[in-house]
Amino acid sequence: MIGLEHYLTVAAVLFVIGIFGIFLNRKNVIILLMSIELILLSVNINFVAFSSFLGDLAGQVFTLFVLTVAAAEAAIGLAILVCFFRNRGTIAVEDVNVMKG
Amino acid sequence: MISADLNIILPEIVLAVFAMLTLVGAVYTGKDKLARPMLWATAAVFALLALWIGTAGGGDRTAFHGMFIDDAFARFAKVTVLISAAAVLVMSEGYMARHGLLRFEYPVLVALAAVGMMVMVSAGDLIALYMGLELQSLALYVVASLRRDSETSTEAGLKYFVLGSLSSGLLLYGASLTYGYAGTTLFPGVIEAATGDHLSVGLLIGLVFMLSGLAFKVSAVPFHMWTPDVYQGSPTPVTAFFATAPKVAAMALFARLLHDAFGGAVADWSQVVALLALLSMFLGSIAAIGQRDIKRLMAYSSIAHMGYALMGLAAGTDFGVQAMLVYMVIYVTMNVGTFAFIMSMSRDGRPVTTIDSLGLYARKEPGRALAMLVLLFSLAGVPPMVGFFGKLYVLRAAYEAGLIWLAVGGMIASVIGAYYYLRIVYLMYFGEDREDALDSGGAPVLWGFLVVSAVVMVAGVVNLFGIEGAAAAAAATLVN
Repeated sequence: MIGLEHYLTVAAVLFVIGIFGIFLNRKNVIILLMSIELILLSVNINFVAFSSFLGDLAGQVFTLFVLTVAAAEAAIGLAILVCFFRNRGTIAVEDVNVMKG
Repeated sequence: MISADLNIILPEIVLAVFAMLTLVGAVYTGKDKLARPMLWATAAVFALLALWIGTAGGGDRTAFHGMFIDDAFARFAKVTVLISAAAVLVMSEGYMARHGLLRFEYPVLVALAAVGMMVMVSAGDLIALYMGLELQSLALYVVASLRRDSETSTEAGLKYFVLGSLSSGLLLYGASLTYGYAGTTLFPGVIEAATGDHLSVGLLIGLVFMLSGLAFKVSAVPFHMWTPDVYQGSPTPVTAFFATAPKVAAMALFARLLHDAFGGAVADWSQVVALLALLSMFLGSIAAIGQRDIKRLMAYSSIAHMGYALMGLAAGTDFGVQAMLVYMVIYVTMNVGTFAFIMSMSRDGRPVTTIDSLGLYARKEPGRALAMLVLLFSLAGVPPMVGFFGKLYVLRAAYEAGLIWLAVGGMIASVIGAYYYLRIVYLMYFGEDREDALDSGGAPVLWGFLVVSAVVMVAGVVNLFGIEGAAAAAAATLVN
């Protein structure tokens, strides 16, 4: 029988993978964007699992809002990334280093 | 029913509709040729809305089954946000025009960010909180990279975007756990579940994740890494905007969440907030010492100031919230003046941000240097200036709540921090004369803001212009 805790565990694992993806990744900014999506989607699993467990629809409504915002966020992130690429000619994470200190 | 609800959120609707109409209007007609009138119109709408909200009064009202709260606290924060955003818009016009940045998207994005901030401070529900925060953040990511052809500006936008989204993710994960363990997203329901000696583990983890997400937004240590880079890389008027309105809104949201949703568990969050405050004050004061770029220095300065504001919140009392609100108003006023000065720093028409270029500035521009001296003394918290009374307020709040170690730490940090403010004063009055010195003169608007802000820092000593009373009333509606 699959219960609430299984869903929460999967969500927590995905969340941690997303966080590690942001901090350990040294290669490509696109991977950062994917990690951010992973974090937001793990939160969605949490919301739907709780919503179904509690018999309360608010969690699923929240999920729809999160999905919408995630789409807007990805669009804005890619737009900024395109501008950055035009200036620097690279999207490697280690090259995002004009400012330091 | 629905019309009563809409009536309560009318200021937000007006501003959102205004932003969308000007966007569509400008796209189909003059585009960047319309940027200047749009900027003035947006500033005027901000000022009118601030006047409207400030004079409306009318007790506590909630809309949409408690998702949106309109109380004295929300109105105080909204008026501060709108007035500071209007001031920054007016200041930025000349700078943007001179450097070819006056695009029509700029006032629209600032207006949308302002809508987000107004929703944030009025949030009575986790969904409203998240939507307001995201509307503000998404607009700010774009404004940070407004100078599309500059390496630093796009890099600032990229860094702000990645770390800002990470913080939204943390906040959201906390919100999901809070929802799961409290059974509702409404703050009154959360506070019912989160009252008592010991929070359930799920609520505690949710609270900690939400605190870290919000700490990112107010740039509290250890979640401050984005601040110096974003402040340095963004165009200066945008930096001025980042340093004022969004900080007030995020701090108000912080207070709203802690008191409205977790007000029954003060003991659980007070220590965490106190630690954030202590680390921010010390890191902000120490790391700023070695900076050579004045925008980067202001970033560390704002980290330290957020530490002081958080010290008021850590007290967990209504006096603490009042101290935080007073501190934020003083902080915003000082920063508007300081950034007016930074925007007027230029050589041969190009903006300059190195501190060394200020050598012997007082000899060429005694008036400006004197006004900047007053502001820097106030930022450092030197006694006759208003900035000192802001610090005194939060220290007293921490002391009365029994956080004596925090108050002592705050005093030590403020002494350390005084060094780098006074160093700028030293350079302006006794530094070396340099060949690459700054041009004298500058836009009259910036001069006006600089002088007004400096005069407020001196004249406000009398009674702080009555904001204490308004802040006390605001704090009383939040904490009960």
